[in-house]
Amino acid sequence: MDFNDTPEEAKFRSEVRAWLEANAKPKDSSKARAGRSTKSEQERLERAREWQAKKAEAGYAAITWPKEYGGLGGSSIHSVIYSQEESHFDVPGGFYEIGLGMCIPTMLAWATEEQKQRYVKPALYGEEIWCQLFSEPAAGSDVAGLRTKCERDGDDWIINGQKVWTSGAHFCDYGIIVTRSDPNVPKHKGLTFFFIDMKSPGIEVRPIRQITGEANFNEVFFTDVRVPDSQRLGDVGQGWKVALTTLMNERLAIGQGSGVDHAELLQLARDTELETGPAIQDASVRANLADWYVQSQGLKYTKFRTLTALSKGQQPGAESSIGKIVSGPKMQDLASFGMDMQGQGGILQDAELSPLNAAFQNQWFGGAGYRIAGGTDEILRNIVSEQVLGLPQDIRVDKTVPYNELPRGK
Amino acid sequence: MNFDFSDDQKMLKEQVKRFLEDKSSLDKVRKVLESDADYDEALWKGLCELGVAGAAIPEEYGGLGLGALELCVVAEELGRAVAPVPFSSSIYLAAEAIRLFGNEDQKNKWLPKLASGELIGTLAAAEGVQAPSPKNLKVTFKNGKLSGEKLPVADGNIAGVAVVLCHADGHAALALVDLSAAEVERAPVTTIDPTRGHARIDFKDAPAELLGDPAEGWANYRRVEAGAAVLFAFEQVGGAEASMNMAKNYALDRYAFGRQIGSYQAIKHKIADMYVKLELARSNCYYGAMVLSDEAHDLELAAATARVAATEAYRFASQENIQVHGGIGFTWEANPQFHYRRSKLLALVLGSAARWKERLVAELERINAA
Repeated sequence: MDFNDTPEEAKFRSEVRAWLEANAKPKDSSKARAGRSTKSEQERLERAREWQAKKAEAGYAAITWPKEYGGLGGSSIHSVIYSQEESHFDVPGGFYEIGLGMCIPTMLAWATEEQKQRYVKPALYGEEIWCQLFSEPAAGSDVAGLRTKCERDGDDWIINGQKVWTSGAHFCDYGIIVTRSDPNVPKHKGLTFFFIDMKSPGIEVRPIRQITGEANFNEVFFTDVRVPDSQRLGDVGQGWKVALTTLMNERLAIGQGSGVDHAELLQLARDTELETGPAIQDASVRANLADWYVQSQGLKYTKFRTLTALSKGQQPGAESSIGKIVSGPKMQDLASFGMDMQGQGGILQDAELSPLNAAFQNQWFGGAGYRIAGGTDEILRNIVSEQVLGLPQDIRVDKTVPYNELPRGK
Repeated sequence: MNFDFSDDQKMLKEQVKRFLEDKSSLDKVRKVLESDADYDEALWKGLCELGVAGAAIPEEYGGLGLGALELCVVAEELGRAVAPVPFSSSIYLAAEAIRLFGNEDQKNKWLPKLASGELIGTLAAAEGVQAPSPKNLKVTFKNGKLSGEKLPVADGNIAGVAVVLCHADGHAALALVDLSAAEVERAPVTTIDPTRGHARIDFKDAPAELLGDPAEGWANYRRVEAGAAVLFAFEQVGGAEASMNMAKNYALDRYAFGRQIGSYQAIKHKIADMYVKLELARSNCYYGAMVLSDEAHDLELAAATARVAATEAYRFASQENIQVHGGIGFTWEANPQFHYRRSKLLALVLGSAARWKERLVAELERINAA
């Protein structure tokens, strides 16, 4: 048992590190972790685009993709090693993860060769940005219950409806969308999948203001949006199968939570005085700190077990499915506990006044969203119990009934 | 990255697993529960014949000279089977204490017998209904004699030798006592888990000798505990997994309101939570095993982390396994009771989870101060 690279992995790691040292600046650890960038979105996008092009040129933008599409032809462990090394450097992110993590892999699986030649490389080099249009106001966890419809019109399709929670729709060039082509058959059978030009007439993007006050997502309205049939991915009615390709990649793209953890809580406890004395001497503070430390370490070493499987060329075990179930509630609860420790001042959410630039307060809001995005706590428990443990599916009343006969809320 | 057991270690695990399935079914465990026996003697002999008791004892002292990792895989299977044997007392505690802190004579005298299983050892630390500390120990070592009462002592009725936490010249110290001496009186006590016998031991000026430097006695005791905590954590993981599987199988077999109860989210999410806690514990245990095996410096923190995680995993799985079973789970005839009993026994054997959380945070503070 050890944490060492194989000789081949060590060689790859040193190549990656050398490249990063030549092309990026190491992270400045003195910068506060939760500080928000003061740069405009346009400035951040420019910086991200430059970095993406550099990365693509070196082959590191899509390590596991085949070389013919600009990838490195590497394995998942190479990808992990690159991410581990990149995390020590101050590099821009936040624009390409969904496109490269979910949309383009779907294109690689379902688009024509000509389309792949046209779209993959510009996405890889950061010249074109992609978004994913699945969720709807009435289709969240039950995404196959979506209502946005497509109707055939000659060589085109006409799309009408509304999507929601679309990250980056306002700066994206292309999107992948799943729509309902036939409401007269059971819901999974009446879906059809397209990729679309986000600048098409009839698309309106409106930012959604979140509970945090920020607007990282959008709702996207489609009014008679025309899409050529050549942009259909998969057969008519096969959209759910195509969507599963995308969703399989989702949890990889969403990644792990970050922010304040046990180390920050320990620091806060050391810096904070309670009525009864220093917080770090309080028994309940100590017990909670221990519990979160144990959870964090458990997640870390679970990841190491997954990496071990990858390193040996095996499929990771089912244990890798627990990450988000644990980290979501932990983010929220730990933040809430840290705010409690701050007493009446815990309600302040002010970078000047609150500890760690209000990181506990920010995470308290953020955690509420993290528990929902990319699979709610409840859906993830369904996945673990059904797919890992082999327990039965819920009784489904919607699988054999035509979509337009299903009961629906307002 | 090679954060996994080796193929040989996995083979050993599989071998012990099959042996225990064959020789220690829950029906067999039930026989111990329902008798006055302190343990399953035939099972213990069989395990010793496999050589696993001596797995981590050096060859020069009659063991196999393997390491902590081999002991960890054995521990997981003992926990899964709720095995009614004195393995933990004799090996994780007594043999490890002697291996770590014994002088050459002590090691030569006791380790070969513990390795072969012809003698059972134990650690006697508790003195009734409180946590032992250097300040409250009443059992006293003086002029080569030990006096006072230890309660409860795991396997105290069947052990031939005990490592005793005691008071000596103003220190907490470890002493070695031959329990066959006439000056040792012992009697069985009733516990929550009769599949593991426990005793009250009264030392009446029993001949004893110190184990290790008495000035370091408390630190040495905690070192023994830390190593054992990792091994017990593997037992807890094995037990937690067995409880989860028992709950899952019942949820698949039992129908209510016209469908399998495992199809209700209230049940299946509960079992998913068992799985989540189990995997967190298992991952922390792996790290504990690695540190124990490497004799690395951060054993205290790694052991506390593994123990806290595994205690929680087993607590949750064993108690909710009863809940999934409903009324039948509360009966004497049903099997969930074995894990319910054992989970609490293991949760307290080295002191409560609260105590280990405190040890964990104290260690975090120490590391972060440095």
